[in-house]
Amino acid sequence: MTIPTSSVEQVIPGQGAMAQPETAKPAKAKRKRFRFVSNAKAATGLIVLGIYILFAIIGPWVAPYDPDARSSALTAPPSADHWFGTTHLGQDVFSQVLVGTRGVMLVGLAAGVIATVFSVLIGVTAGYLSGGWDESLSALSNVFLVIPALPLIIIVTAAVPGGGDVLVALIIGLTSWAWGARILRAQTLSLRRRDYVEASRANGEKTWRIILFEILPNLTAIIASGFVGTVIFAVTSEITLAFIGIGTVSEWNWGTILFWAQSQQALAQHAWWWFVPAGLAIAFLGTALSLINFGIDEFVSPRLRSAGKTKVKTASGHTVRMRVGFTPVLSNSSAPHTHARPIPTINTAAATPVNRGSKEATQ
Amino acid sequence: MSGDPVLEIKNLNVDYGLGDQAVHAVRDVNLTLHRGEVLGLAGESGSGKSTLAYGLTRLLAPPGVISGGEVIYHPENGEPYDVLSLDDNGLRKFRWAETAIVFQGAMNSLNPVHKISTQLTDVLQAHEPKMTAHSRNARAREMLKLVGISPDRMDAYPHQLSGGMRQRVMIGMALILQPQVVIMDEPTTALDVVMQRQILGQLIELRERLGFSVIFITHDLSLLVEFSNRIAIMYGGRIVEEAQATSLYRDSLHPYSAGLLSSFPALRGPRRELSGIPGSPPDLKGMPTGCSFHPRCPKVFDPCADNIPVLGNPDTPDGSTRTVACWLHPVKQPVG
Repeated sequence: MTIPTSSVEQVIPGQGAMAQPETAKPAKAKRKRFRFVSNAKAATGLIVLGIYILFAIIGPWVAPYDPDARSSALTAPPSADHWFGTTHLGQDVFSQVLVGTRGVMLVGLAAGVIATVFSVLIGVTAGYLSGGWDESLSALSNVFLVIPALPLIIIVTAAVPGGGDVLVALIIGLTSWAWGARILRAQTLSLRRRDYVEASRANGEKTWRIILFEILPNLTAIIASGFVGTVIFAVTSEITLAFIGIGTVSEWNWGTILFWAQSQQALAQHAWWWFVPAGLAIAFLGTALSLINFGIDEFVSPRLRSAGKTKVKTASGHTVRMRVGFTPVLSNSSAPHTHARPIPTINTAAATPVNRGSKEATQ
Repeated sequence: MSGDPVLEIKNLNVDYGLGDQAVHAVRDVNLTLHRGEVLGLAGESGSGKSTLAYGLTRLLAPPGVISGGEVIYHPENGEPYDVLSLDDNGLRKFRWAETAIVFQGAMNSLNPVHKISTQLTDVLQAHEPKMTAHSRNARAREMLKLVGISPDRMDAYPHQLSGGMRQRVMIGMALILQPQVVIMDEPTTALDVVMQRQILGQLIELRERLGFSVIFITHDLSLLVEFSNRIAIMYGGRIVEEAQATSLYRDSLHPYSAGLLSSFPALRGPRRELSGIPGSPPDLKGMPTGCSFHPRCPKVFDPCADNIPVLGNPDTPDGSTRTVACWLHPVKQPVG
């Protein structure tokens, strides 16, 4: 009943399914490398974030004015000299926004990295190692979960003079990892019972290898969204701090601009240019980070990724998104795709079938 | 058993992916399901059986797309229409009420936190909102009885039922709106043979009582020979042979069907050696030229390598009732 392997090879001398397709592979490999960027959402997000990072680096040098320098143009609307207008002291708002970018980006990214590292370390470890480790690490995250970050930051920054951005980033990072850790722990608990993880454990793989190669790649989307969420939280916290006047008011960031705009009643003076640019800068940064998050989501899920293009033009001329349960119909014509060629007249009686029967060949 | 057609598939083409990346999983399939018949769809893994079934119900997950063809549905009373040109709302109304589907491993499709009764009556609430709670319950009880489960199991949770019972609940659920067509995608693959037989026997009985048609997808050809009226054999996304179950079993024309048939033992008759089919199914990305079966075919000859054989009525005494796509059997009348 079993087919001898030799006969299989004899029947299909190098032309079985295994040997066939070597077509269209180079083109595919080429596309793979830039696939993340080819996603429109991710590309937009990355470009915007790139611009922010660029200005965070070069902002203080390209700023047309010293953000503290006063001029005679008091509360002037946007003009060729002052693109975003001026404050009540004649300071250039455009320069303030540019100079302020660095502090915001630094705090946001640093706090995001710190919180992500902690949440991955503690969450995944707690989820994978059960028992006492899990208990104590979970207890630790629960404690950090109830620490109110903002009041703590207010107290600490007030107590430590001259701490600046680094201190704020550190405190935000150290207090905001707990949610991520809990989510990662829950997901890890589910993943560690999957068959492929059990199989590698049964194979005697090292624990660190199972965590790094079997579990972590499955958590990429959660980790990425946690990072992006923390960055947004850190940026808003930093701005809130500056806005309510905690920390160093002398150091410029978008919150400081809003603080002065608020305290000088910019809204009542109809000086919209004072607070709108900083507000928009915050909004666009948040949007860019969210777009990157969507892009990562689609990129790390092989199911979403394999689709490549998700929008198609259907028979009725509409462009629809591919989704489960409503398969798009590209063409409604019932003409066959492979056109039947004129049937060649074959004399079956005369043709001697080439006998490739396996049994005769091997015996 | 050749009544009026209830579902006509005309030159259906299904691709995975778009443009030049597309993999053609189903190519130019022509198939007609008649009222009240059981049509078996058999073939190896990856031959396109399930893709065909999901394609004609438009249930393919992305990146699956239908790249051409028509699926004409003939309702019991009313004008026939093309399922592929229905809009979302039309599709929602069509599904379950006209065509139901029982999935592979359907017994795991039940929600573990709801009672059987809740899950059975849920669809009635959606499709027949005028029904009272009492009559919904009555219908659900009746359905359970029909599939051979005591109605006092109505309040059971899925974990309290065995695999076979859950599968029968799923079949009952598929039939609850009395659809004209039921598509079964390997519904009994996960069950033992005794349970398989029991469930299929019940299904045939139900079909006689309720008069629906069945498209039964499986790789178990012996099962089909026993239970279906007609059998269509798929290979590499095409239908290569289609005939009455008995005539396919007695003398199959396509070498692939013959290979499938000789890969399981017969209960009666002379002892013969089981041969199986050497090689493995073709890669849909790089299909062989000509007949896609020719690299594995024991009877390959001149035209096979270059020309794709057309599905049509062969030149045999019963040629008008069956179709085959093979150069060994010159086609008198191509289909479609």
